[in-house]
Amino acid sequence: MSDASRTTAVSRAPAEGKAGRLETGWRAALLTCVAAALLVLPPAAEALDEAFLIGLFTRIFIFALAAVSLDLILGFGGMVSFGHSAYFGAGAYVVGILSFHAAGGEAPAWPFSLPWMESAVAAWPLAVAAAALLALLVGAVSLRTSGMYFIMITLAFAQMLYYFFVSLEVYGGDDGLSIAGKNNLPGLDLENEASFYYLCLLILVVFLLIGRRLVHSRFGMVLQGCKENEQRMLALGFPVYRYKLAAFVMAGAVAGLAGALMANYMGFVSPGLMHWTVSGEIMVMVILGGMGTLAGPVIGAFVLLLLEEILSAYMEHWMIVLGPVMVLVVLFARRGIWGWFQRGDPDG
Amino acid sequence: MAEALLTARRLTKAYGALKATDSLSLDVIHGEIHAVIGPNGAGKTTAIKQLSGEVASDQGTIHLGGRDITRQPMHERARLGLARSFQITSVFGGFTAEDNVAMAVQAHDGHSFRFWRRARSEAALREPARRTLEQVGLGGRGGVIARNLAHGEQRQLEIAMALATDPSLLLLDEPMAGMGPDEANRMVALLGGLKGRVAILLVEHDMDAVFALADRVTVLVSGREVATGSPDAIRADPVVRQAYLGEDA
Repeated sequence: MSDASRTTAVSRAPAEGKAGRLETGWRAALLTCVAAALLVLPPAAEALDEAFLIGLFTRIFIFALAAVSLDLILGFGGMVSFGHSAYFGAGAYVVGILSFHAAGGEAPAWPFSLPWMESAVAAWPLAVAAAALLALLVGAVSLRTSGMYFIMITLAFAQMLYYFFVSLEVYGGDDGLSIAGKNNLPGLDLENEASFYYLCLLILVVFLLIGRRLVHSRFGMVLQGCKENEQRMLALGFPVYRYKLAAFVMAGAVAGLAGALMANYMGFVSPGLMHWTVSGEIMVMVILGGMGTLAGPVIGAFVLLLLEEILSAYMEHWMIVLGPVMVLVVLFARRGIWGWFQRGDPDG
Repeated sequence: MAEALLTARRLTKAYGALKATDSLSLDVIHGEIHAVIGPNGAGKTTAIKQLSGEVASDQGTIHLGGRDITRQPMHERARLGLARSFQITSVFGGFTAEDNVAMAVQAHDGHSFRFWRRARSEAALREPARRTLEQVGLGGRGGVIARNLAHGEQRQLEIAMALATDPSLLLLDEPMAGMGPDEANRMVALLGGLKGRVAILLVEHDMDAVFALADRVTVLVSGREVATGSPDAIRADPVVRQAYLGEDA
């Protein structure tokens, strides 16, 4: 690895000229093709009588959003949070619980009796806020540790939340909650599969564009500096804890939004969304696609969920194929699929 | 004696039964280079860690510019003007040299809760970074990934990062460790050029460098100060010669 990065670093740094432009052109072409394909997918899928594809890709977008949010702290900030499903699940449960009360599942108390609970305009920001608050509490404690302890404590918090919802009989306990219908959004019918597909795609793209600004901003540089050398950051005078906590909360908030979308997509929420295997799955997407890049987690979500879709049609234990694929990626493409394509360019 | 910039009084740090620093008192004068020498295990690095805030002192007080910083965490002390280099080179290996220094400039330039503007295009960060690289002799090397720099260059980069935070005092822990003679000479010239502009507390094993640079020398043995004085006085001090220099000189 060091040899490869040496040559690219030296050759790239002084002359960003020709090679850089070529690569940009290649990237732009690829991006255009992917965007075009994704835009025509819903009508095409319906025409070809393969409407399930719309749902599959909606799910991919939602998981990609969660994976990118995890990568913000994992890949850019070096914080190996193994409890990302907690924020994902929390966002989903906010939508589920509001809709449960709106449908009159329980004699609603004051704040729950208002008609706004079915509205995405209210429910989704609430989901984001709840997930952010949860991340603030978990992060404030967890970020006082590092390394293996950090991994374990974030996992422990997520599992606590999982068991909390398993035992919360009011909201279905282990069985979860059914959601009567999708949230209302003025001007858009979310019950329409294609509309929901486009909305999820739009949210993902917007977040990727914001993320692009973010990781190259001063804040983003601090985050990357913490990953590179935290001791150095402290010696330079950065109050590292504050910046890491802010990033942790942002990642949690976006995972909460992904959770709210997931609840709408499934029409159902259950503690299973918070299970540690979901955290693991999101992390696999990040590592598979490429940590520390924005495109990587999106590619990881595509590859993992498509592999799952295709392989599970042929065999029950499709993980048996995924395992070796992961091993190969980790061995031969340390920076994931996207990193392998880019060969050493740190700017994803 | 001129007014002291940094005053440490009776600093003590014990690891179990071992006293790494034992009631150490030290004054660093404005603009001076103050060297701390002593045999291996004398507690020089521990003293630097206590002064920078990486290690909390068991006893004693530290004042910087008249202000009590004994209880301040490391990043607060850095903000107040204490910059530090590490015994083992500590840079952002995956960043370019210029990114490294720009990060140091950024540390000194207000808070970093700025989420939108591209930091690498900000002249306010890049211009001072380039100037500082120039100053330490890394002018043409800004685009190189830090871990691909030669060892001596990485140490120069560390000095650049320390300088870029616009400090009043540099704490340098063996800046010449592992350097060849040419690199060491360049570093001596660089540090000599800083004399008068910024105070330096220099921990160093290279005696030629110490006696070429220092205005004042403190000798530590087993965590205890055995002598402080001008380089000539230290060289002539019989206690020092016996305790320390006797083996070398």
